[in-house]
Formats: sequence, structure tokens, C-alpha cells
Amino acid sequence: MRKWFTSGAPWIWMTSGAVSLALIAVLGLLLLIASRGLVYFWPSTLYEWQLQESQGETSVVIGERYERERVPRERLEQAGMTVPGEAPFVERFLVKTGNRERVSLDFRWIWQDQVIAERTPEALAVVERVRNGNFYGYPEALVVDGERLQGGQMATRLPSVIEEANRLRDEARELQSGAIGRINYQLEQLRLQKRKLALKGQDSPDNLAPLEAQASALRAEYQVLEQSLFALRQQAASDWLEVREMTGETVRLPMDQVLAVAFPNRMNLLEKLWHWMGKVAIFVTAEPREANTEGGVFPAIFGTVFMVMLMAVIVTPFGVLAAVYLHEYAANNALTRFIRIAVINLAGVPSIVYGVFGLGFFVYVLGGSLDSLFYPEALPSPTFGTPGVLWASLTLAILTLPVVIVSTEEGLARIPSTVRHGSLALGATQAETLWRIVLPMASPAIMTGLILAVARAAGEVAPLMLVGVVKLAPQLPVDGNFPYVHLERKFMHLGFHIYDVGFQSPNVEAARPLVYATSFLLVTVIVSLNLTAIAVRNHLREKFRSIDHG
Amino acid sequence: MDAAKLERYRSSQRRLLKNRLTRIGIVLGGSMVLVSLLLIFFYLLYVVTPLFRSPSLTESYQAPFLSPAKTLKLGLDDSRQYGYRFTDLGVVEFYQANGEHTARRLDLPEGAQITASAKAHPASEILAMGLSNGDLLLARTDFITTYPNNLRTITPALGYPLGSPTYPLGEEAIRSLSVAADQEQVTLVWRGDQGPYQLTRLYGERDFLSDEVVWTPVSVELPELNNVQSLQLSPDQRQLFVLTDNRIQVWQIGALDAVRLDQVLDAAEPEARITELALLAGESSLLVVNDNGVVSQWFQARIDGQRRYQRVRAFVHDGPVTAIASEHYRKGFALGDAEGGLDLYHTTAERHLLHQDGGNGAVRHLAFAPAGNGLILESGEGVTLFTLDNPHPEISFSALWQKVWYEGYSEPDYVWQSTSGSNDFEAKMSLMPLAFGTLKAALYAMVFAVPLAVAGAIYTAYFMTPGVRRLVKPTVEIMEALPTVILGFLAGLWLAPIVERNLAGILLLVLLLPLVILLCAWGWQRLPERWHSSTWGHYRELLLLPVLILTGVVALWLSPYLELLLMGGDARAFITHELGIPFDQRNALVVGLAMGFAVIPTIFSIAEDAIFSVPKHLVNGSLALGATQWQTLNRVVLLTASPGIFSAIMMGFGRALGETMIVLMATGNTPLMEWNIFEGMRTLAANIAVEMPESAIGSSHYRVLFLAAFVLFVASFFFNTLAELVRQRLRRKYSTL
Repeated sequence: MRKWFTSGAPWIWMTSGAVSLALIAVLGLLLLIASRGLVYFWPSTLYEWQLQESQGETSVVIGERYERERVPRERLEQAGMTVPGEAPFVERFLVKTGNRERVSLDFRWIWQDQVIAERTPEALAVVERVRNGNFYGYPEALVVDGERLQGGQMATRLPSVIEEANRLRDEARELQSGAIGRINYQLEQLRLQKRKLALKGQDSPDNLAPLEAQASALRAEYQVLEQSLFALRQQAASDWLEVREMTGETVRLPMDQVLAVAFPNRMNLLEKLWHWMGKVAIFVTAEPREANTEGGVFPAIFGTVFMVMLMAVIVTPFGVLAAVYLHEYAANNALTRFIRIAVINLAGVPSIVYGVFGLGFFVYVLGGSLDSLFYPEALPSPTFGTPGVLWASLTLAILTLPVVIVSTEEGLARIPSTVRHGSLALGATQAETLWRIVLPMASPAIMTGLILAVARAAGEVAPLMLVGVVKLAPQLPVDGNFPYVHLERKFMHLGFHIYDVGFQSPNVEAARPLVYATSFLLVTVIVSLNLTAIAVRNHLREKFRSIDHG
Repeated sequence: MDAAKLERYRSSQRRLLKNRLTRIGIVLGGSMVLVSLLLIFFYLLYVVTPLFRSPSLTESYQAPFLSPAKTLKLGLDDSRQYGYRFTDLGVVEFYQANGEHTARRLDLPEGAQITASAKAHPASEILAMGLSNGDLLLARTDFITTYPNNLRTITPALGYPLGSPTYPLGEEAIRSLSVAADQEQVTLVWRGDQGPYQLTRLYGERDFLSDEVVWTPVSVELPELNNVQSLQLSPDQRQLFVLTDNRIQVWQIGALDAVRLDQVLDAAEPEARITELALLAGESSLLVVNDNGVVSQWFQARIDGQRRYQRVRAFVHDGPVTAIASEHYRKGFALGDAEGGLDLYHTTAERHLLHQDGGNGAVRHLAFAPAGNGLILESGEGVTLFTLDNPHPEISFSALWQKVWYEGYSEPDYVWQSTSGSNDFEAKMSLMPLAFGTLKAALYAMVFAVPLAVAGAIYTAYFMTPGVRRLVKPTVEIMEALPTVILGFLAGLWLAPIVERNLAGILLLVLLLPLVILLCAWGWQRLPERWHSSTWGHYRELLLLPVLILTGVVALWLSPYLELLLMGGDARAFITHELGIPFDQRNALVVGLAMGFAVIPTIFSIAEDAIFSVPKHLVNGSLALGATQWQTLNRVVLLTASPGIFSAIMMGFGRALGETMIVLMATGNTPLMEWNIFEGMRTLAANIAVEMPESAIGSSHYRVLFLAAFVLFVASFFFNTLAELVRQRLRRKYSTL
């Protein structure tokens, strides 16, 4: 045995075990996120349980089964619960019962021992609503224009009624965020113009009159639009669906609240798949509802992409410039070596430090001076002197600058000096060599650096919490109002969305699946970006190997 | 021919010019970018330095007295435009920088003189005066701001907190007086010409009809008070401090029917006499001035379950003190002495902030401006007004990094508590708990990450087949790229409950995994020759995958039985009750696992790189001399690569120090100083993320958070530079081998 230990064989196995553990951890984690994230959209079976209550009564619970666990009786009893049965372990499962406005908690634990009967009736439906989450129950009747439809009639009319309700809702939203939003924006601009005139001392009635006229015209327009918005809302609320819930009561759900009605127990696999794809599409394109715990994540996707693109535009030229300077122009002396080490080290500086720097320098110093120079009319409410998407991009640009510099320099170092010498010997100047030979050859390395920078920026949250991300941004940074791109606005971000919904929302249990879905989205984006970077880099290595030996 | 030559010449001129311009552009642009990266360091430093700058005191103006009367109270208004002086003739004199001094007369009853006076605590700015006819006069200054012609104008006025100027206390002249007052209640301790001390409390009630406050008095006699040298009432009107016989009596007077002597303090310094008492801003600190220049601070601390006054710290002033004033809202005070010198101190920071010489004779009276940004003092035949630039007196090295005895605490401690709902709250900004939390989180992460990462790196670089290696390396890179917010989310919401519910299983797993691996190794050895020398032997990591997963499942499945067997069914309750160790769901174990996961790839990549690039001829030489694979690895490869592995660990540690999201989400963020693995912590980085958005620009809190960022910056820079230097040396060494 001793000999065996000194031979080292067990230790080699131990080291291999470390690799296996790391692999299990990474793959397990990806699998966990993927499964939890994707299952969220899958139409799960709806159950109806008949339960034995404590006083010999029975009750009915309708809902989705979330998770199942086996708990030692001891722990539950110490937590002050009364547990039926005698066994040392109790089996229980978590049920999402929905109907949030009718029960105090939309999740509840059920003891396996309590269950008398379990059924999956085909008539059970899940009604997705604008507010208060899902509603589970048996649809009884549909009332359209005062006409009461039941049974088959209801089933045939339901899709078209829902479609109509969704159309009306879209129209109302379009009106609200489009036309009415535009008027509000213009009114605000007029107010600022007036204030500007007042600051300059030019607020004579002659100057103010055209502004006033414009403002009153806008207000009149607003009145009209508001009327039509009310009309739309009223029309949408005139129909309703009657659903019998688990207590046996029939509840009236106005159609303006109903987003979709599905009968998951009736679906076959193909229908479920179709339903699933529809839900995924909605998740990616819709806006969040209910304090971000329901609906889609479109604004967060948009905010992330926009911020990262802005960052890429800023970081690439500067990063390349610095790398070219360091590698092609700076003398190879102690100072350059020091700078190189400093740059590499900056990549290891905690991101929150960049956030602090961004808040202090960009937001308060730069933004504050921009405000007092160009936007004095809006003061004391700040325009650029408050966290916003521009400052977030700049902060992340500084954060990722070392990544781009290091990667580009690596690319420059890989170019054989014979290539440069050849170009110079043929009479090209250094600038021409750089522009025509070196940079094109280094471009894949620059791309790699950029992709890595983008991947890092997309996943970074801590600094953004200081320089511009918010849980709910009323407007996107890009819209139809002049000047169309609003760099001073705050924005939403997928990573922050995860933090916010997972840790700051009142109903964490309900929000958790959505967080998994968002995580999956973010991981997908970042992993694919990284895989691209790795592929580009490998391709690059192959290419230069052939130059070196060719 | 000539034209073509000229053309060529011009074109080459243009090219040279372009070349030069490019050069200038790149050198300028490139160095600008690098300089701007340095800017981070200097900007952080720039924001932090004001914390440690000494305050400065500049004289605004001097003004001679308007009248030769004696001073009762000095003060300044908020804008520091006016200095004022209450005199014993019932006149308030207002001094202005432009020389436009004015005076207002108090509403004294006909023929009455001021026979006693007392200042309420500085923030109330109330002066109580006892009159020769037995009346009480409560007065304060009011400064009214108006905007005629858009110009901010401040006019001084007098206000009477009781509504009417005077209030009848007794029949005979008042000889001694002390006061504390707020909106609803005024407490007075006073004595007439004859008779004992009286404790009188006026209860105010707003009359709904007239909207005036009606005051109802309740009085208690205090016959035990004799030979009184000085009286002070605490601002909350619950305590009375009496200086008598070089001792201080503390009376509890919160309830008038239960007035009692609570404690007698031998507060005098050895061989010294107490000359004066003063109250510090807030509720509970007493400053005791001794005739040898020592000023000691006393406050109530809970000792043996009782709240007793304790001597907490002392400040030694050179020579006797003739005047003392405390700041209105902060814990600072000023001393004036017989030579006209002025000294500024901060109590909790234990800082002597400033000394200024004066040449006008002894300082008789002193007062701060409400915001602590101005001072007024009386010496010689006039008053002098100062502008005081003292934004961060409460920050000092000892306040940030050493134990501080805060008011209300029973002993000195490291405390981070930057905000609270209460107005009297004193921010406690010790960076120690945060630095401790940072180290704790990083170390627990390293405990988990270093063995796995280094062992994995050894195997990957030395034993793994190239095919698998090509897959493993990108996998690890992906692991590095995973957003920490996702790791934090999983740690907080998925891992933490699992760990809590299966604690026994998790602990079992730590034991079981190495055992199972060893068992596998042994079993493999025992397989028939044909098997264990087949190519499968090169894929140990893949063979182990299902085994380890199975082990994990079994451990988790066993967990409840184990808990039932060993811990009475509930691991958490067992740990808290039986072992007496506090247990949080989001604890250092979870953070260690999650952050370890985040750090593994950093360590792995660099260590693997270092081991892989050990020159092959060294390995071949060793093997040729008859060493086994393991011996070669142990004695040659690891020895050569050890600086690289060290640098990898440093890099990992640097990353763990600054990681924000994981600790933010996977711990309770309580600033504790316990190594307990089942409790959470608060790190510097997480603290910044939590508190930065709420801190006001330029405040001490804001700057201390910048200091925290600066500390993080310097620490990570230090570890990274160390690692980088080691790595570069190693690279040079390899290239010479």
C-alpha cells in the first residue's frame, strides 16, 4: 500500500478528479440554467388535487407542481408546523396556485399524505393576465357584446376575442407611448425653451407667444388623444371571461386583463412545442409587467445591446491606438515595460472601482460641467449630471480598455518582423506599413479583443449599478423624438435585471423562473461571444503558424 | 520628364508628411489613453485626500464691543454673515463684516435686571435669563431671509421660544439657572435669593383656537443640592449634571416624581480641580474641563448590565482652559486659553485638529456656527469671527482602522454603520469590518479554489491527452467568462437553500470525494493488466465524471438520514443550539463555493500555462535518468513552475478581493468580524455597491467609500504586480534554460 502511495498513482487520480469536478461544475451549471430557464416557458400540466384537511374536511387545489422534496419531520416540527402522519420523512410539493388577488399566497406546500385524489382535467385552463399573474380554473362562459357564449361556442370564439383584446391593448399602448409620449416630450422641451429664454433675460411676451401657442396646440391634441385612449380602454373592458376557480366560485375576468388562455392538459407534444416557442418569442420581445416579475425582457436586452455597442465604438479606436503606440512606436525601455505591466494589472482591478471612478469623474465632474455649460435651463434637475447610458458605456470602455490593448498587442507581436522589414525595404513609410500591412494582419486579434471586451461588458453589473442602470426605465435610450438617441437616459440591463428581480422583488418564488430564463439568455449571449473569440483566435494562430513556416 | 519628377517628389513629400503626422497622432493619442488610465488612480486619490487634510481657520474680521457690558452668550448665524452677543444689560449686539453693527434690546420688564443666565445646548441656540423680579426670560436669535430685488438678504431678529418674552418663576431674584428646551417641554433648574434649588418643568400645549402654546409648570424642590459650582441639563431633559466639591453628581430627572441621584463621578483628574462642564452634541456625552488643561469625555456605557458614566478618553491641552464650546451637530469641540490660543478637537476621531495662537489676551467666550464652518470668540475688548474649513473632522486613521469607543457602546469596537434613521446618529465608519469581510470571503474562496485549480492545472498540463485538453481549456475559459451576477444569483437563491437543507450531505461530500477517487485509483490498479494499461487509462478525468456525479447524488440522498442520526434531524438547529454557532442561510461557505468557482479559471489558466511551458528537455532528462512520471512532476516540473503557480494564486486572490456581485447576493451583507464559516460578511466592494448610490457628493461618507475603492485598487494592483513580475522572471528563466 505504501509503495502504491509513493508511486504517485493515487495522486495523479486525485489531480484528475479536480479536473472532473471543475468540468462537472461548469457543465452542471450551464445545464441547470438552461433547463430551469427553458422549462419556464413549457406549458406544464395543470392538476386538480383533492386534499384531506385537518378537521376531516376536504378541499380542492388547482395549480402547477413546482418542486417536490423530502424533509425530515424533525425540522418541520421545530419550525412550528404540524405534520400529518408518523414517518420520519415527509414528502411535500410546492404548488403554484395563481389567482393572486383571491388567495393570500400564490404558492403553497402540500403534504403528499394529504392528497386523496389527483386529476388532470382537460378543461382546466391557465389564463395569463396583465395584472396579478396567472389564473387557474375552468372557463365557464365568454361574454362578448353582452352575448353569453358557453361550451363549444366559447371555445371557437375565444381565440378571436383574445386576439381582438390584444389588438386593442397594443393600440392603446401605441397611443400612450407613441403619440402621447411624443406630446409630453415636446411639452417638456417647450418648458425648457421658456426657461432658457428666462435665463437669458429674453422672456419678453413677443418671444414667449409662439412657444405658448405651440404648447396650447399640443395640449389640445393631448386632450383628443386621451379621449380616444379612454375609449379604447373602455371597449377592451366591455367583454369578459367567466372562470370557475378552485373554491368553486366563478370569477369574472375582463378581457382587457386577459393576455392568453391555454389548456395545457389538452395539448399534444407538438402543440406544446408551438406554445413554448410563442412564449419564448414573447419573452424576448415584450416589455416587463408586474415589477419585472412577469412579461418579457425586451428593454433589458435593448439596453444591454445598446450600451455594449456604444462601448465598443468608444473602446476600439482608443485601445488599438494605445496598443499600436506601445508596440510599434514607443521605445522598448523600462518605462514602456512598466506601462505594459500597469495595463495588464488594470485588467485585474475590481470592476466596482471603475464604477466608483465613473460615478465620481464622469457623472459628477464631466456630467456636472456639461450641465452647467449646455443645459442650464433644466437645472437643478440634472441632464448629464446623473447616471446614464453614456456614462455607463464610458465606464465600461475604460474597464475593457486593457482587454483590447493586451489582445491587440498580442496580435501585433505575432506578426513576424520580416513582414514589416519587407514593406519598409520596398520603400513604404512606417505609416503605410502600419496602415496597409500591420493593421490588416492584426485585425483578427483586434476582433478577438473586441469580442472579449464585449463579452466582459455584457456580463458586468457592479459598476453599472453606480453609473446608470435602473430596474425600470420608462423610455428606451432610442425613440422617435428628436434627437432620437438620448444618451443621458438611464437604461435597463439583463445582468441587473437578474439581480433586481432575484433579490429585490417582493415575490421571489414567483419571479425565480423568470430569473433563470434571463440568466439563460445572458449566458447564451456571452458564451457564444466567447466561443467566437476563441474560434477567431485559434484560426489566427493557425494562420500565423503557416506564415512563420511558409 | 520634369513634371513627372516634380510629381514624384511632391508625392513623396506628401507621404513623408503623412508619415510624420501619423507618428505624432499615434504617439499623442496612445500616450493620452495610457495617461487617462493613470487618471483613475489620481482621481481616486484626489477625492480621498480632503479626508486627511487638516482644517484651516481664517480670521474674517474683528469688531470692538458696541457696549462695555459683559457677555452672556456668543453666536453666529447659518450664513456666517452675523456674529452676535447677548449682554447682561439685556441687549443683543449683531456684528457684520462690513462694519454695519446693530443692536436689539430684549423685552425686559420695567426695572428688571438680569441676575443669572444659562445657555441651552448649542443647536437650540436658546439663552435663558433669570431676572431680578423672579421672571424667566427665554430668548434666541432668528435670522430672516428675504429676497427683495432677487437679492438674498438676511435680517437679524429676536425670538422668544415661550411665545411671550417672560415667564414668572418666583418672587425673588434668580441667582442660579440651568436650562434645556425643545418644542414641547422646557426644563429649568434654578434658585432664588433664598430657598433651595427648584426643578421646574414647563409642558407646552398648542391651543387649537388661538394657535398659541400654553405652558403649564410643574415644580420639584431639590434640597440636596448645595455648594453648586456648575449645572448642566442634558438636551433630552432626563439628566442633570451638578458640579460640586470637585465631583459630578448625575441626577435622573426624567420623571419628576422619581428624581434621584444616580451616580457620583470622581471626574477630576489626579491633583486637579474641575473648572467647567460642557455637553457634546447629541444626547449623552459630558466634557469635563480640569484646571490643568485636561478635558475628559464621559458617557454612559453598559457595564455589568447597568448604564454608568465612564471616562472614555481625554485630551490634554497645554495650560488652563478659559472657554469651551462644542459643535452643534458633530462631535467636535473648541478650547480657548489664557494666552488667547484656540484649539479644535474631535472626540471620536481622537484628533487634535488645529491650534491657533492669539494675541488678544484670554479667550472668555467661544461659539461655533451652526454648520460648524465658523467660529466666534471673545477676547480683549471685542469679538473675532473666523471662517472654519473643517469638512471631515470625524475621519482619522484611528477612526478608520482602530477600535473606537462610540457613545452608547460598552467598549471600543470596530463598527461600520454609515446611516440610520435617527437625527442624532453618529456615522461609524471603521473600515476594519469591511476589510475583514473582504479577506474572509477571499480566503474561503481560495480554500475551495486553490486545491482544485492547481491540481486540475497539473493534470491538464502534464497528464492529459491533447485531444481532451483542447476541449478542457475552452471550457475553463467559458467558466471564466460567466457573468458573476449569475453565479451570485445561483449562489444566493439555489445553492444557499440546498446547502442549508443538506448540510450533512455537503460535509460528507468533502470527505467522500477524495475517498472515492482514491478508491477508483486503487480499483483501477486492481483491474486485469489488459484493462489498466489500455488507452482508457489516459482518460481518468472522463472515467471519474460519472463516479463523482454518482457520489454527489448519494451524499445528498444520505444527507437527511445522516442529519437524523448525528444531528437530531435538523442540522441548522443542531449548529445553532447544540454547538452555539450562529448560522445564516447566506454564509461564508456558500460564498466560498461560488467565488471559488469564479476564481478557479483564473488560477487554472495561469498555473496550467506555467506548468505546460516548463522546457521539455528538463522532463525528458529526468525521465531518462530513470525517474517515474510522478517523481519528475514532483521534483522537476512543479519546482520549476512553482513561481508561476504562486503568481496564479496571487492573481486569483486579487480577483477574489474585488468580486462584488457574488458577495452582494450570496451573503447577508452584515459587517461582522467573525471567522465563522456559517455566518456572512460584508466586503469593501459590496459595501460600495450598496451605499454609493445613496451617499451625498463630497460628504465624509462619499469620500470614505472612495477610500474603500482606493484600498481595493491598491490591493489588487499590488497582488497583480507581484504576480506579473514573478511571471516575467519565470519566462526569462525558461528562455535561458
